[in-house]
Amino acid sequence: MLEDPDAEFVNRFRAGDEDAFVVLAGKYRAVMLSLALGYVPSMAVAEEVVQDAWVGVLRGIGKFEHRSTFRTWLFRIVINRAVSAAARERRSVPMHDLEPADGRSRFDAAGNWDVPPEPWVNQVEDRVTAAKVAARIMAAIGELPPRQREVVTLRDVQCMSSEEVCSALDISQANQRVLLHRGRSWLRQVVESEFGGTR
Amino acid sequence: MIRLAAWSRRGLTCRQAVELVTDYLEGALTGPQRRRFEAHLAGCPHCPEYLAQMRAVVALSGTITPDDLSPHMRSEFISLYRRWRADEAPGDQA
Repeated sequence: MLEDPDAEFVNRFRAGDEDAFVVLAGKYRAVMLSLALGYVPSMAVAEEVVQDAWVGVLRGIGKFEHRSTFRTWLFRIVINRAVSAAARERRSVPMHDLEPADGRSRFDAAGNWDVPPEPWVNQVEDRVTAAKVAARIMAAIGELPPRQREVVTLRDVQCMSSEEVCSALDISQANQRVLLHRGRSWLRQVVESEFGGTR
Repeated sequence: MIRLAAWSRRGLTCRQAVELVTDYLEGALTGPQRRRFEAHLAGCPHCPEYLAQMRAVVALSGTITPDDLSPHMRSEFISLYRRWRADEAPGDQA
């Protein structure tokens, strides 16, 4: 049987408990907005997409059979809605995935560090600094290309397993690792630049 | 051991090691690839910091907590839900 962290709340809202529904809506609001913003041009449209996705959840919940976790199903719905909304807005999204992996110029011809990473790991042991850096990371996740943003948000912010993420986004494990690597590499670089390193 | 580390480090450049970090953290490297990667780290002054930074980025991302719903949004979700209940389960309220 599939372990679903939301099973209890899903069963409760199906049985008529509106508070359980509101809890889930609150819990997933930020991640759903973040996913939607990968496709639609504005926060206002993203808000509509999230609302629309919950309407879809309520309509479809009778057919939801726990073959995936609730959130996997939910994230698929929000991405589908976002894609449709983007098509309606006639925007050519998603944009081409950029290559924000670490710049080649940081290595010499032999492939060794020319400009080595600026050390900062010790500094985030301080709680106040860590909170500031986390806020910077959150902003930077919002600037990632859609596919990278999706993978990083689900894996590292939502702490979902790679299996769950592959299923939610319908991508292979290898593809997921590439997107995750590019996204995390970019975030690492953003943090490094915060501490005065090269970017 | 030292000779082995030096040999393996020649086998893997820093640029290559950096590209393998996520596969390493994901447990996606084969045994020989993983040993080569770890041997590089053992002999490299910079790549261990890079790996630690990638781990820190993952850990810090996990501390981001979503905002709660505003009272306005809360009431919107409640009315959404109530409309659904009214449509779906008209005789179910007792």
